[in-house]
Amino acid sequence: MYKSNKKNLMKLTPIEVIDLSVLLGKDLILDKVSCSIKNNSITAVIGPNGAGKSIFLQTINGLTNIDDGKITFNKLHNNDEIRNKQAMVFQTPTLLRRNVKSNMDFVSNVKNKNGKLVIKKILKRVGLEGYDDKPARLLSGGEKQRLSLARALLIEPSVLLLDEPTANLDPFSLKLIEEIMLEESKKGVTIILTTHDMAQAKRLASDIIFFNRGKILEQTDANAFFKNPLTKEAKKYINGEILL
Amino acid sequence: MNILLEAFAKSFELVFTLNEDLFEILLLSLKVSGISLLFSCLIGLPLGTFLAIKSFWGKDAFLVLFNTMMGLPPVVVGLIVYLLVSRSGPFGWLGILYTPTAMIIAQMILITPIIVSLTSQIIEEISQEYKSLFASLVVPSHKAIIAYLFDARYSILTVVLAGFGRAISEVGAVIIVGGNIDHLTRVMTTTIALETSKGNLSLALALGIILLSIALTTNFILIRLKFRAKRRMYV
Repeated sequence: MYKSNKKNLMKLTPIEVIDLSVLLGKDLILDKVSCSIKNNSITAVIGPNGAGKSIFLQTINGLTNIDDGKITFNKLHNNDEIRNKQAMVFQTPTLLRRNVKSNMDFVSNVKNKNGKLVIKKILKRVGLEGYDDKPARLLSGGEKQRLSLARALLIEPSVLLLDEPTANLDPFSLKLIEEIMLEESKKGVTIILTTHDMAQAKRLASDIIFFNRGKILEQTDANAFFKNPLTKEAKKYINGEILL
Repeated sequence: MNILLEAFAKSFELVFTLNEDLFEILLLSLKVSGISLLFSCLIGLPLGTFLAIKSFWGKDAFLVLFNTMMGLPPVVVGLIVYLLVSRSGPFGWLGILYTPTAMIIAQMILITPIIVSLTSQIIEEISQEYKSLFASLVVPSHKAIIAYLFDARYSILTVVLAGFGRAISEVGAVIIVGGNIDHLTRVMTTTIALETSKGNLSLALALGIILLSIALTTNFILIRLKFRAKRRMYV
């Protein structure tokens, strides 16, 4: 099995989010949110649709402009060096118009990663062994998401950001992706994922951040959150009620 | 019907007897169109890519200008180039009127806007598709541009061949600036125009068939390539 080199992990944690506000056009998407993400944790960001979870993840990855507040990574502000140690898996994977191997080669080239062998091992790890010459855009939904995860793993990130990585996936892909998340976490990678799957959040997460209407209503230990949510919105959300 | 059969027979005769004049005209046509296409691509592909990925004041005006220029009337282009390179014109000192160089310049003016506009549309589409991924991967802009051009290669090939089609079939501009001089600036289209005016319809039609065959072959290759790319979802 492919093993990430722990020595290469640049310490980007704790990630401190302080009074972060993000506007998209005139809409306030994130409203003075503050939280802290610990080293080596799996943090599940949950909340109803439109709560700001994906934008939160994108802002951590430096894809969205910050209008107010700040994010620090081990006390450092985001820069290209820090961003090079983060990897993001999008809900809808964007794959290059090439075959599977070339998609991996591209990331390898951009990140100056050396290794046909590493690519081969990662593809095997995500269950895409022997798919090298298959056009990436002809893969199934689950295979596309696994390729997207493989690209992220190739970066050997310190922080792995996953935006609903298993939404609408088959059980095999879901299980494999969850196993990889747990393995990476054990290796020292800090994982932040957004999900609507409460069972998944319970299975994987050590911490929960609960969003509603652009605000963080709770950030707590996962067990505590599911046993005894502090806000009525969180209680309603866990019970599958609609939040208005 | 007779004239058509006669034309086909004539065209076969011209090709299979390796008619010297025909091959001279054919080679000059391909040379003029090929060189103008090459220079238009050297200008148009980077310019189209630049317009697609950069935001700057007046960008829309440039795009409107190039889109409008796609429909430039060849005779007007021919006339403008004629005025510029004629003895009394500002570039008269170059002495290129009635030479293949003037024909190349005229064709470049006609096909560069096509290359720029269509490249810009293609690259804009692919850059939007890859935008978040490349931003997340912190892809340097030069590597991003190479990736756009590489991944859009099949679509860009269509653009290049569209440019070639426009160049090889063009007559209005090249006849004005080239003068249709035998053994010097006579190309397929100008020969067809000349032979038609002389009433030599079978020869004109024979040349037309050869010209059409070039266009058909080019398009056949293009369609095969695009079909293959589409099947693999590379376009």
